[in-house]
Amino acid sequence: MLSRVADSLYWMSRYLERAEHTTRLLDVNLNLMLDESAASADRRWQRVLEALGRPKDIEWSGEPYALTQALTFDTTNKASILSFIIAARENSRHVREQISTEQWHRLNSLYLQVVSPEMQIKRQAEAFAAGITRPSEFLQSVMEAVHQFQGVTDSTMNHGEGWQFIQVGRYLERASATALLLEAYHEDLWGQPERIGEGNEYLDWMGLLRSATAFEAYCKVYTADLTPDHIFEFLLLDGEFPHSVRFSIDSVQCALEKIQGDSGKARAQALQRLSGRLQASLSYSSVDEILREDVVGYLRGIQAQCHAIHNTIYELYVDYSIQAALAG
Amino acid sequence: MHPTQSSQFEHSILKNYLLDHAYDEMFSGPGDLHRHCQRLLEHFTSLPPEELQRRKQAADLSFLNQGITFTVYGRDEGTEKIFPYDLVPRIITAAEWTTVELGLAQRITALNLFLKDIYNEGRILQDGIVPREMVYSCKHYRRQMSGLQVPRNVYIAVCGTDLIRLENGEFVVLEDNLRVPSGVSYMLTNRRVMKRIFPELFRSYNVRPIEQYTQLLLGTLRSLAPEGRPQPNIVLLSPGVFNSAYFEHAYLARQMGIELVEGRDLVTHDNIVYMRTTIGLRRVDVIYRRVDDDFIDPLAFRGDSILGVAGLFNAYRAGNVTLANAFGTGVADDKALYAYVPDIIKYYLSEDPVLKNVETYLPTRPKERRYVIENLDKLVVKAVGESGGYGMLIGPQSTKAQQQEFARKIEADPRNYIAQPTISFSRAPCLIGDRLEPRHVDLRPYVLFGDKVTIVPGGLTRVALTPGSLVVNSSQGGGSKDTWVLNQ
Repeated sequence: MLSRVADSLYWMSRYLERAEHTTRLLDVNLNLMLDESAASADRRWQRVLEALGRPKDIEWSGEPYALTQALTFDTTNKASILSFIIAARENSRHVREQISTEQWHRLNSLYLQVVSPEMQIKRQAEAFAAGITRPSEFLQSVMEAVHQFQGVTDSTMNHGEGWQFIQVGRYLERASATALLLEAYHEDLWGQPERIGEGNEYLDWMGLLRSATAFEAYCKVYTADLTPDHIFEFLLLDGEFPHSVRFSIDSVQCALEKIQGDSGKARAQALQRLSGRLQASLSYSSVDEILREDVVGYLRGIQAQCHAIHNTIYELYVDYSIQAALAG
Repeated sequence: MHPTQSSQFEHSILKNYLLDHAYDEMFSGPGDLHRHCQRLLEHFTSLPPEELQRRKQAADLSFLNQGITFTVYGRDEGTEKIFPYDLVPRIITAAEWTTVELGLAQRITALNLFLKDIYNEGRILQDGIVPREMVYSCKHYRRQMSGLQVPRNVYIAVCGTDLIRLENGEFVVLEDNLRVPSGVSYMLTNRRVMKRIFPELFRSYNVRPIEQYTQLLLGTLRSLAPEGRPQPNIVLLSPGVFNSAYFEHAYLARQMGIELVEGRDLVTHDNIVYMRTTIGLRRVDVIYRRVDDDFIDPLAFRGDSILGVAGLFNAYRAGNVTLANAFGTGVADDKALYAYVPDIIKYYLSEDPVLKNVETYLPTRPKERRYVIENLDKLVVKAVGESGGYGMLIGPQSTKAQQQEFARKIEADPRNYIAQPTISFSRAPCLIGDRLEPRHVDLRPYVLFGDKVTIVPGGLTRVALTPGSLVVNSSQGGGSKDTWVLNQ
C-alpha cells in the first residue's frame, strides 16, 4: 500500500474518532447541565475543555451554548466537530479509490449535510441563542452518521492493510482521548471521598461514563452502584469494553501485528516494543496499584506512549528515508 | 414544428423544438423522425412531466452523491458543482459507427507513424509533406524525444478525438486530443446512471456495451510494459486531488485495480522508478500519466513543477519505465498541424482518410492569411496554443473591434492561429425544463492503442447547453449526455 494512502486512511479515521468523541462530550454535558445549578456549570465546562486537550483560542465564557457553538460549528477553530468532519472527508477524498463506494457515500453525505446552506444558518451563534438550532439533534445525527460509517467500513471494505490502518487511527485516538478524559475528571472523582451516590457527584460520574458510552456497559459489570475506583478501573482496564484504554491498545496492537505480518516484522521491532510494553502494562496492572501511585502521572504516561507509537508508525511506514529503504 | 398527422409531433414537449439548417439528431425534416428515434420520442412523450422531473432529480442526486463533481477551491469547505447531465440519450446507428470506427483507427495509426517518424528519421519532413518549421515551432515538440525508442512504437496509447456532424450528417474530425484526454469517466458513469433511470427504454434498444473500457485500458497499458517485466506494476499518475479531473483519475484507478499515485509517491534511483509503500519501495513499470509533459519531471522540463517526479525522464530514456502517452505527442494534435493530417494519412498508409477534417485555413500560408483576414466575419479563428474554448473568435457573433483585434494578432503571429468556416454542429434533443429543445453537440470517442487498436462503441457526447451556443467545453457551461451505439 502507498505510504500516502496509509497516512490518509489513518488520519481519516482519527479525525472521525475525534469528531465522535467531541460530539458525545458536548451532548452528554448539555444534557446533564439541565439537572444542575448554574454554579457547578463552571466546573463542568472547564472540565470538558480539559478533556478535549484545551483547544487553542477557545475559552469558557460562562455561556454553554456559545461554547457548544464554537466547538461544533466554528471552522476557524481546528478543534470543532465541523473542522474534524471536513478534515476526515478531505482525507478520504485523497484515497477515494481505496475506500468502498458505500464508505464514501456515507462520509460524503455527512459532509454535505453539515455544509448545506440550511445548516449554515443554523451554525450562527444567533441561531443558538434564539433556539432555532437544537444542538442535541445535530449532535445525535453526527454520532449516528459516524457509527454508520464504521459499520459500513467493517462490512464493505477489505480487512486488509488499509482497514488495519483505519483501526490503528481510531483506537490510538480513542486510547489517548480516554486517558485524557480520566485525567480531566481525576480531581472530581477523588476530590471528596466521603460523599458517595448523592447529588452532583452521582451526575458527574454518570456523565463521565456516558462520555465514553460506558454507562450501560458499566452497570452490567458493577450494577448501577457508581464508585470512583470502579469507574476508573472500568474505563482504564476493562478488557471487553470497546472504549476502555486497554481494549483500545489491544486493538492497536492487534492491527499493528497484522500490518507487520503483511510488511515484514524485522523492520518493526521498535514499534512492537513500544506498543507491546503499553499493552502489557494495561493487561497486568491492578487498579489498586495504579491508584496507590501517581494517577495523573500514569495517565499522562499513556498519552505520551500513544504519541510515541504514532511517531514510530510514521518513521516506519510513511516518512522513511529513501536511502534506508534501498539499503534494507 | 410544422403540424403533421401524427399527434406525437403536437405534443407539448416539442413546443419549442425548432429546426434550422444544422443537422438534427432526432428529426430528418419537419415532422419526420429518424427511424431509430421513434421509440425514444414515444417514450419521452408517454411520461408525464412530473415523472421526467423526478427522474432528472434522481440522476442529479446520483451524480452528487457519487462525488462526480467539479471542485472550485478557495475556502476550506470548497464548492462543488455537478457536471450538467442531460437525460435524453444520443443515438448512433450501427452503420454510422462502422465509419467512425474505421476512421478513428486509421487516424491513430497514421498519427503514431507520424510521431515515430518526426522523432527519428523525419522522412515526412524531408519529403516536404509537412513543413519542418511547422513541427519545430510547435510548443509541444520535445527535442528530448528524438532518437528514443518507445515500446511497440506506440506514442499515443490513449486518445480522445472530437467529432462533429456537418449539415449533411457526415461525421468529421474537429480536433485530436493526444496528450491527456479526459472525460471517459463521464462516458462510463453517464451510462450507469442512464441504465438506472431509463431501464425500459434502454432495454428496448439494442445498445452496445461500453463497460469493458477500463479492462481494455489496462490491457493496453500492460502490452506496453518494458521488456523483461512479465508482471508489470502499472500506476496512474495524477496531479492530485485539486485537479478538476481527479474524480476521473480515482475512478479509473479503482476500476482497473491499480495504484493512483501522485508525484510525491514516486522516487527515482539509478534510473528506476519506485513508489513509496508501507513495505518500502516498489518498482514501477508502466505509468498511465494524467500530468502534462511540462510538469512531469522538474529536472527535464519545468523546474518549478511540484507535481512531477525528478529523474523520471532519464528512467524513461533508459527504457526502465513506460509512459502512456509518451512525451511529445502534443505536436501531433497542434491545431495548425491538424490541417496536415489528411496528407499524413495518405503519406503513411496510402489510403484516403475515412473521416474528413473540417476545412482549415493556415495564416502561415500568405494566400490563406489574406483570405482569413478579409473574411473574419464569416470564420471561426482559434489560437493554436489554447484549449477549452478560450482564445476564440466566432466571426458571425463578433464585433468589428474584435475582428480588428484578431486581424492584428494574426498578422503579428500567423503560426499561432488557424481559421475554419463557421460550421453548425448537429443538434440533439435535450430536456430543458419540461420541453425537448435542440442543442449543439459533439462526440468524443476514446481510442486505445497497445498491441492493437480498440475503440469502445460510444463516447462522450458534449452538449452546449446555452441555446444557439457552439461551445461544448465544460469550463464554458457545457454538459453531457449518454451516447448509445446500436447493435444493428
